[in-house]
Amino acid sequence: MTKYFAAEIGDTAKVLADDPIWLVLIKVVGIFAFLVVMTLFMINWERKVVARMQHRPGPNRVGPNGWLQSLADGLKLAFKEDIRPVLADKWVFFLAPVISCIPAFLAFSVIPLAGEVNMFGEQTALQLVDLPVGVLVVLACSSLGVYGIVLSGWASGSPYPLLGALRSAAQVISYEIAMGLSIVAVIMFTGSMSTGDIVGAQAHTVLGFAPAWFGLLLFPSFAIYVVSMVGETNRAPFDLPEAESELVGGFHTEYSSLKFALFFLAEYVNMVTVSALATTLFLGGYHAPWSGEFMNTGWWGLLWFIIKTLAFLFLFIWLRGTLPRLRYDQFMKLGWKVLVPTSLVWIMAVAVIRTGAIQQLSTAQRLIALGVVVGLVLLVSFLLPDKKVQDTKGVPLAGSGFPVPPLDLAVPKSAPKRKVKVANLPKETAAVTTGKEAE
Amino acid sequence: MSQLAVGWAQFLAQQPEPVQRVVDTVTTGEAIAFWVLGPLALAGALGMLFARNAVHSALWLVVTMLSLGVLYMIQQAPFLGFVQIIVYTGAIMMLFLFVLMMVGRDSSDSVVEVIRGQRLAAALLGIGFAVLMVGSVARALTSVDSKGLAEANTTNGGNVGNIGTKLFTDYLFPFELTSALLIVAALGAMILAFVGRDGKPAKKTQKELVEERFQSGKRVGSIPGPGVFATANSVATPALLPDGSVSEESLFEVIEATDKDTLSDDVAEVAGTGHQPDPHALKGSES
Repeated sequence: MTKYFAAEIGDTAKVLADDPIWLVLIKVVGIFAFLVVMTLFMINWERKVVARMQHRPGPNRVGPNGWLQSLADGLKLAFKEDIRPVLADKWVFFLAPVISCIPAFLAFSVIPLAGEVNMFGEQTALQLVDLPVGVLVVLACSSLGVYGIVLSGWASGSPYPLLGALRSAAQVISYEIAMGLSIVAVIMFTGSMSTGDIVGAQAHTVLGFAPAWFGLLLFPSFAIYVVSMVGETNRAPFDLPEAESELVGGFHTEYSSLKFALFFLAEYVNMVTVSALATTLFLGGYHAPWSGEFMNTGWWGLLWFIIKTLAFLFLFIWLRGTLPRLRYDQFMKLGWKVLVPTSLVWIMAVAVIRTGAIQQLSTAQRLIALGVVVGLVLLVSFLLPDKKVQDTKGVPLAGSGFPVPPLDLAVPKSAPKRKVKVANLPKETAAVTTGKEAE
Repeated sequence: MSQLAVGWAQFLAQQPEPVQRVVDTVTTGEAIAFWVLGPLALAGALGMLFARNAVHSALWLVVTMLSLGVLYMIQQAPFLGFVQIIVYTGAIMMLFLFVLMMVGRDSSDSVVEVIRGQRLAAALLGIGFAVLMVGSVARALTSVDSKGLAEANTTNGGNVGNIGTKLFTDYLFPFELTSALLIVAALGAMILAFVGRDGKPAKKTQKELVEERFQSGKRVGSIPGPGVFATANSVATPALLPDGSVSEESLFEVIEATDKDTLSDDVAEVAGTGHQPDPHALKGSES
């Protein structure tokens, strides 16, 4: 592999290779604690931010400024009665929340939280493992997490959860394709699927000042990833599997107590994970927005990582606070007809540009290549069928839009005025009536 | 003809070229993982066969596939392992589950042969497949030298890099051919699902439905509901037209066809002549 970046492929893996068992255990517990605390924080933050967006105070009773509200809610949830519907499938109903929770935590094991740090006299990277297929771990975990949702819907033995489960299955499969494709361009640029290497490849700067983050260099990939990460985590405006106005609660309608809490936890942990992956892949991971040593080494990385992840989490809240839910067919259309084809074309473009950069073509060769591409685009555009011209002569029976008068309408002369005896109504009554209608 | 047979026999008899055996020792961790995952995979396969419920069957199969995926990872093939989980467990089994859920949870095994000779064909193909499997496994165990992945995982970009190189050079044509096959199959399924027998789309769009309803000249809107008046709001009360006559369309066929006697209780209740709340009932029977 040709060397393009400051960091060498497999650097992080080498650092991690000689971790003693106790350090691994500390990291496991640390990641678990981080995710749980992030969930508690996220629930509260979400409620506060959405409340602020809607001009109301939000939770402000429990703890300082209401920040312990979600902890209290969690404790209350654990003491609720655990109900299992009569028609439910006993084992699967029990297993589903567990299945949705485990992969959510598992996926975080490949996320690099910071670079090389010194932990209790041991030189290590703030990352649990660095596999050569790191990115695939996250995808695999998210594809396993769907089982939890789908099985919970099926096992509940009632129609609304089943509908939610079916929606979720189709949704996550389609958006995982878009997500996988958006990652491909990043992998092509890095030459490695390991998350540590991907972050390492974004350490330098381009044009002297701009950080070489893939979110800037590969913006279309970044945009597609952000859209599909919202779809993948079933969050508004893509929260169709649990659309409360259509499906009561969707897949978790029949769940209560700790089982419901597990679903809740899984959803928020998944949000943190996809945000962390977005940070890792597109925003330079634990690197500061500038290159150099200043505030950019050791434990400083954790700060940058958390700031960037929180920015994505804020985006989730913001979306939820502003956008209405999509209709299901529009949602699927967006996934399959917009995101996937755009991704494919973009990957082709990136591959061509990358090959050109590696092979160091002459200017003439580049121009010829550009000409060929433009020619192909022109050819395809000529081959596209024309847009169907609508028959304007026929009067559409339905779906003609707003009833407007024809453009060539000759306004008839006004009819001779007739004297009409107007009933002597009090004016106030009329005003009140219009007021009521306006309501 | 005999030449062909000889050639075929030679082809079958040919041994793979002897490769230098790379000493890949089985570590303790690998052995433990194998003895945990192996029985788990087997249990999953058996569970899939013997589970009564179709969804449970699918779940047992998921257990088998997951165990296989983890086994691949442990045997130095992480890419294969994760792709196994993403593609088979994540996508294909999910589609299976999707279909099973659509069919419904109570559909049990049918004992009726839907296609004639289905069972015979299935048995023959099953036996053939078993013979093939046993043959290839036996060959792999006896006459093929294991090469080990130690070399492939360390040189030329490692595991993923080597798989990529192979896929896009030596195996490009088979790879593309397989993907073309899959796309054709998916297209075929879509056409079968979307197009009816007469070549038109099987489902009418909402717009077509609306236009059809208008063109048929029948009632366009909804049928009027029952009359809701100050004196009665029963479904049996007909709505009144502006001129005060009864709107026939608002009458509910079932109620109109019901015997008057069976509705007498309701009539009495509406009329206020039926059972009234009894203030004495609250005090008990003595007073």
